Amino acid sequence: MQRHLISAADLTRDDAVLILDTAEEMARVADRPIKKLPTLRGRTVVNLFFEDSTRTRISFEAAEKRLSADVINFSAKGSSVSKGESLKDTAQTLEAMGVDAVVIRHGASGAPYRLANSGWIDAAVINAGDGTHQHPTQALLDAFTMRRRLVGRDAGLGQDLAGKRITIVGDVLHSRVARSNVDLLHTLGAEVTLVAPPTLLPVGIETWPCEISYDLDSTLPKCDAVMMLRVQRERMNAAFFPTEREYSRRYGLDGDRMAKLPEHAIVMHPGPMVRGMEITAEVADSDRCTAVEQVANGVSIRMAVLYLLLGGNEPAVTHTRPTGSEEK
Amino acid sequence: MSKILIRGAKVLGGEPQDVLIDGETIAEVGSGLTAEGAEIVEADGKVLLPGLVDLHTHLREPGREDSETVLTGTRAAASGGYTAVFAMANTFPVADTAGVVEQVWRLGKEHGYCDVQPIGAVTVGLEGKKLAELGAMHDSAAGVTVFSDDGKCVHDAVIMRRALEYVKAFDGVVAQHAQEPRLTEGAQMNEGVVSAELGLGGWPAVAEESIIARDVLLADHVGSRVHICHLSTAGSVEIVRWAKSRGIRVTAEVTPHHLLLTDELVRTYNPVYKVNPPLRTERDVMALREALADGTIDIVATDHAPHPHEDKDCEWAAAAMGMVGLETALSVVQETMVETGLLDWAGVADRMSFKPAQIGQATGHGRPVSAGEPANLVLVDAAYRGRVDPAGFASRSRNTPYEGRELPGRVTHTWLRGKATLVDGKLT
Repeated sequence: MQRHLISAADLTRDDAVLILDTAEEMARVADRPIKKLPTLRGRTVVNLFFEDSTRTRISFEAAEKRLSADVINFSAKGSSVSKGESLKDTAQTLEAMGVDAVVIRHGASGAPYRLANSGWIDAAVINAGDGTHQHPTQALLDAFTMRRRLVGRDAGLGQDLAGKRITIVGDVLHSRVARSNVDLLHTLGAEVTLVAPPTLLPVGIETWPCEISYDLDSTLPKCDAVMMLRVQRERMNAAFFPTEREYSRRYGLDGDRMAKLPEHAIVMHPGPMVRGMEITAEVADSDRCTAVEQVANGVSIRMAVLYLLLGGNEPAVTHTRPTGSEEK
Repeated sequence: MSKILIRGAKVLGGEPQDVLIDGETIAEVGSGLTAEGAEIVEADGKVLLPGLVDLHTHLREPGREDSETVLTGTRAAASGGYTAVFAMANTFPVADTAGVVEQVWRLGKEHGYCDVQPIGAVTVGLEGKKLAELGAMHDSAAGVTVFSDDGKCVHDAVIMRRALEYVKAFDGVVAQHAQEPRLTEGAQMNEGVVSAELGLGGWPAVAEESIIARDVLLADHVGSRVHICHLSTAGSVEIVRWAKSRGIRVTAEVTPHHLLLTDELVRTYNPVYKVNPPLRTERDVMALREALADGTIDIVATDHAPHPHEDKDCEWAAAAMGMVGLETALSVVQETMVETGLLDWAGVADRMSFKPAQIGQATGHGRPVSAGEPANLVLVDAAYRGRVDPAGFASRSRNTPYEGRELPGRVTHTWLRGKATLVDGKLT
């Protein structure tokens, strides 16, 4: 493992599988009456959020607390950032207070990379989403969800996603989730197809390790998972597509379209969902939709990442598994 | 007046010759020259060029003296071998009146390191709406002949047309910063493979090319000349080549950084590579070099854009656009054009001195190295190779993309009308 987690593209197959396997161990903690491990006792993690986020921040916070880390939450609103303090000064101020890791969410693509590589601070940096660039823990929790559902919770240990066909639908142009998923899923051996109107695919996408399609209906029958991306309503005013209704008709997932999926296929969504836009309530609330499960898995994945970046060599979970299997 | 005898200099890269400066002018060029009481400079096979002329410099004064002043900027110019620079109009206040251009012009004259020829804004406040008093700036002591809203594009076709027409009255030229504003909203870097991956807003080549295409057609229609600032794409080269073949009076410049660097460098998210127009692809770089060699692109201009450290020591999106360039331009041109065999030193003199002086009508600059001409000269140690160390810059700013990079060539002497401004690499 590297010292920071900035991009899903930085992970090797073995790194990624190790994180997924570790997350499975962490998930077992959630099944215990006391959902807490002493692993990061005495370590301080700051959640440095320059952009609004509810689920990602809470997910990281839950993960940090379950690992017994001391947690500092920093949101840019109402802080000195709004008074013009730079990213550098903010980060250095926090480090001076003895921070071991910085979980950063920032509106500018590359901000976590700058933080990790400019010599400003020594702490480990975990990217919790930067602009339209990367959101690696989201890709990891998505892969974790897919492996569980498509390979199996126990059968999946040590395995990647070789041969699985994943379709990602929606605003790829502005999506850090799409970028991270394409990178990680490719590393894990899956076959990825991106589906979007041509206006929502970036120029230069031809080098990405995936297929591109403008037609959702033809891709649905041959996929194991379909991931619907949120489409922000404000895109409509920038002429990316004519109307919300037209977008929904061509690229939204409703009950009829869901019926075209193979029996075993799952429907994923990173949230927050815009019901009635890219996904109908019928699909969102169906058994095949893993949106809520993804949120739960997010905590396990973030525990695994924090443990592997900060925990050193000690085993993460020192109890006997409920299944009775031995610790490695 | 004092005499200076430069011995054994390869004039424009030719056979070693002696050059005698008497006062402000070149008295004699030949072999075995002697002159009683003259100061002797042993050129020892170094290359002697006419003083370089930069048609595109940001001196930042008035308004942003924290990044550069006329004094520090002209010292940087002398250090890089320049004897004349054209100062862009995007200062605070904007150089859109006779008063501001005269102030900048006078400061250059007082400091004496390099002639400063102010460029006047095309429109009031660079806002692209109302023509600035172009005639008043031309008639002022500064004698402005080049007009530009650089940093912003004169995007309104009617305003551009009127400006092109209006400056014909005094043989002025409009220098266009070609950037279609709607196509570049939120633009952070070249739009292509790298921007797709990095998730940075794209600055598409077509935003430059569409404006250039429009402006050469406008220039043709009204019979004016137009100059294209910092041309950066292979497509722009094709358009300018076509326009020239049709006899349209268009000239174009390329910056040193667009001749050397590509958008691959943006992968570091280091804002020292953030510049406008953005770094393009390898294919563009090669097309620009070829176009500079065959004359489609007329000149090299630095777009020297100093910024204080804090404006670059931040995340990419928050950083200012621009790079300093005066003190590295000649080295980059040597690296990309001379050492690749695309240009000889006479060609460098043409692209960096003769032609820019012609386009900007810089009297007394860009002249041949021969008897009777003004002694604006620069001596270059072309055999030198060294790493760029921004700590040694005369510029007030350090935002160079070449820090630590090995580049060839070093300017050792610069003379402005016979007065040494740089001796053995040290400013006087």
